[in-house]
Amino acid sequence: MRVYRAFHMALRGAAFLLAVVVLMGSLQGCSPKDSKDEKVTAPPGGVLLRGAGATFPSWLYKRWFEIYHNDHPRTAIVYDSVGSGEGIRRFIGRNVKEEELVDFGASDAAMKDEDIAQVPNGVLLLPVTAGSVVLAYNLPDLEGDLKLSRNAYTGIFLGEIKKWNDPAIAKTNPGAKLLKLSIATVVRQDSSGTTYAFTKHLDAISEKWRAQHGPATLVNWPGNAMRAKGNEGVAARINQSIGSIGYVSYEFARKLGLKLAVLENKEGKFVKPTEQSCTAALSATEMPDNLRVFVPDPAGQNSYPIVTFSWILLYKNYPDAEKAKSVRDLFQWCLLDGQKYAPQLGYVRLPENVTGKIRAALNTIGPRERQ
Amino acid sequence: MSDINQISRPPTHSQQVVDTAFRWLCCGFACLSVLMVALIMLEIAKDAVPAIRQYGPGFLAGTTWDPNTGQFGILPEIWGTLYTSFLALLIGTSFGVAAAIFLSEGFLAQAVFQILKAFGLQFHPVLGKLPDRAEVLLKNLIELLAAIPSVVYGLWGLFVIIPLIRPACNWLNLKLGWIPLFGTTLTGPGVLPAVIVLAIMILPTITAISRNALVSVPPKLRMAAYGMGATRWETILAVILPTAARGIAGAVILAFGRALGETMALAMLVGNANRISVSLFSPANTLAALLANNFPEAAKKDVGVLMYAALVLLAITLFVNIIGSIILQKASAGQEGGK
Repeated sequence: MRVYRAFHMALRGAAFLLAVVVLMGSLQGCSPKDSKDEKVTAPPGGVLLRGAGATFPSWLYKRWFEIYHNDHPRTAIVYDSVGSGEGIRRFIGRNVKEEELVDFGASDAAMKDEDIAQVPNGVLLLPVTAGSVVLAYNLPDLEGDLKLSRNAYTGIFLGEIKKWNDPAIAKTNPGAKLLKLSIATVVRQDSSGTTYAFTKHLDAISEKWRAQHGPATLVNWPGNAMRAKGNEGVAARINQSIGSIGYVSYEFARKLGLKLAVLENKEGKFVKPTEQSCTAALSATEMPDNLRVFVPDPAGQNSYPIVTFSWILLYKNYPDAEKAKSVRDLFQWCLLDGQKYAPQLGYVRLPENVTGKIRAALNTIGPRERQ
Repeated sequence: MSDINQISRPPTHSQQVVDTAFRWLCCGFACLSVLMVALIMLEIAKDAVPAIRQYGPGFLAGTTWDPNTGQFGILPEIWGTLYTSFLALLIGTSFGVAAAIFLSEGFLAQAVFQILKAFGLQFHPVLGKLPDRAEVLLKNLIELLAAIPSVVYGLWGLFVIIPLIRPACNWLNLKLGWIPLFGTTLTGPGVLPAVIVLAIMILPTITAISRNALVSVPPKLRMAAYGMGATRWETILAVILPTAARGIAGAVILAFGRALGETMALAMLVGNANRISVSLFSPANTLAALLANNFPEAAKKDVGVLMYAALVLLAITLFVNIIGSIILQKASAGQEGGK
């Protein structure tokens, strides 16, 4: 008996340690850096374009590239959704493995000046699509829409408003059945462009947020914050937790059929997140020359307050003329014909007054000048 | 005649070779497994060293986890790990020891025997064996709980336990919200669902080892107690349980070790909120869940921090296991003396 027990115990200890290691191994193994990728080669006589970056617009990109390839078989496109940060790193191309070099990057947070300075071929930031971040909530007892004032939702995410029957929430929802439930916020635990867009907005509207956190892709969330991985993780967690509220990009909330809060915009109007209200928010923006514009707090009566562009990162000069031309043609198509696919997938169609300027900028891309 | 020759002759050369080879093989495998454990420890410690240098003991007392600013602290996770494990142990021990008593003291056998007797089948060649078999069957069923994958427990907790206990929890919060234990409402994942599932997960460990301890209580003690006129109730509480107490304590501590290291189910159920809260219904976090959730995303410099956290978890678990082993050894020694 004793021998058996001692053996059993030793086995248990070993099993635990083994489990830890296997876990770590497997977790590292499934990190995005290691996964992929089936060898794709250029079509005969054609061009292969490699891209990597943001996950947020990746569905749209994959759809675009598939359709484009069907119509233009001479151009094949591979896109790895590895996250904005990694996308920028690969695009800069320093200390990057040969097989990870890209022809274009993608980022939800554009690119910082110091990063741009590291690219010898020059950088063109190209907003090609946009998305909205919604506040999804789970309050089964509440009928109708939940209206949240700016004070209410910043207070909730700052951890200051703790119960659903708080006066700040009740004020904008007269007659609504708000129970004395604890509020649990659901936030991203991984670094994310969605978090950046949301905190950029909070940063613009709340001094307190600016002082304590500022805009970031990863935030040390105050209050009763549950962390979940990815937009799908946050959406699923909201779906499971009664009394929770969290920020997700629109298409994920729509997929699970979550209820979306109606938010107060800059003009003090309460606006639902819809295709129209998001497009309205974008058309109010003035595109600067470098095309890097954030709209943390869009103006306009009908504008939904949390929208963000998503950028494709291109080199100003490509080594060969054919590649430059393929890149130009591809993204011209995305900006013109491709836009109609955006709303189907939950993204926002770019308004025409915005795309005009972007398409003009795209035409400046050319082959590298010989010296 | 040839038979006797074969038995009495010395082992052939090939037999000797096989024998030696087998001995070395066993030795090799034994050494390999020990070596592997050592290597794992070494590897974790090696990766953790930069983080230990940088953050020092303050890492254990910090409450923020913010890769952005490079501030790391695992106090909420240590608290969550110990809190959930301790509560799970409380529930698991009550049920586990009760089940062990039920399975070792012949309650079930008696009940089955009575039923058979009512039908006059108690000496049936097949059914007559049922009273003895029933206990073994039930014991195996409980031990089968250990074979359910962690992720299934997690899903079960999410989709069954949480909706089941939510109304009761929110009622408690409404009526007794002034008690810190019930300070928040249960939104979904949180301490209590995690504790309940964890308690079920450690039940087989507690039941199996406690039952072993109870069964190995010398029969003469029981007989003596009955002989002195003690009732069954008195015998169990005053004689058998105290005699087996050390074995049961060992079971509890081994179960504690398992509860500390449990990962997947807790990562799904505990809520992943980096905060210290006494409330049973608020989300929390544990060390193992922290590791599972942060490893895939961790940047190179943050891996060291996670390794440091893993080392802390390993140290806690090792400490608990060592205490468990010592208690178990002493328990068996005591029982042998009683025989």
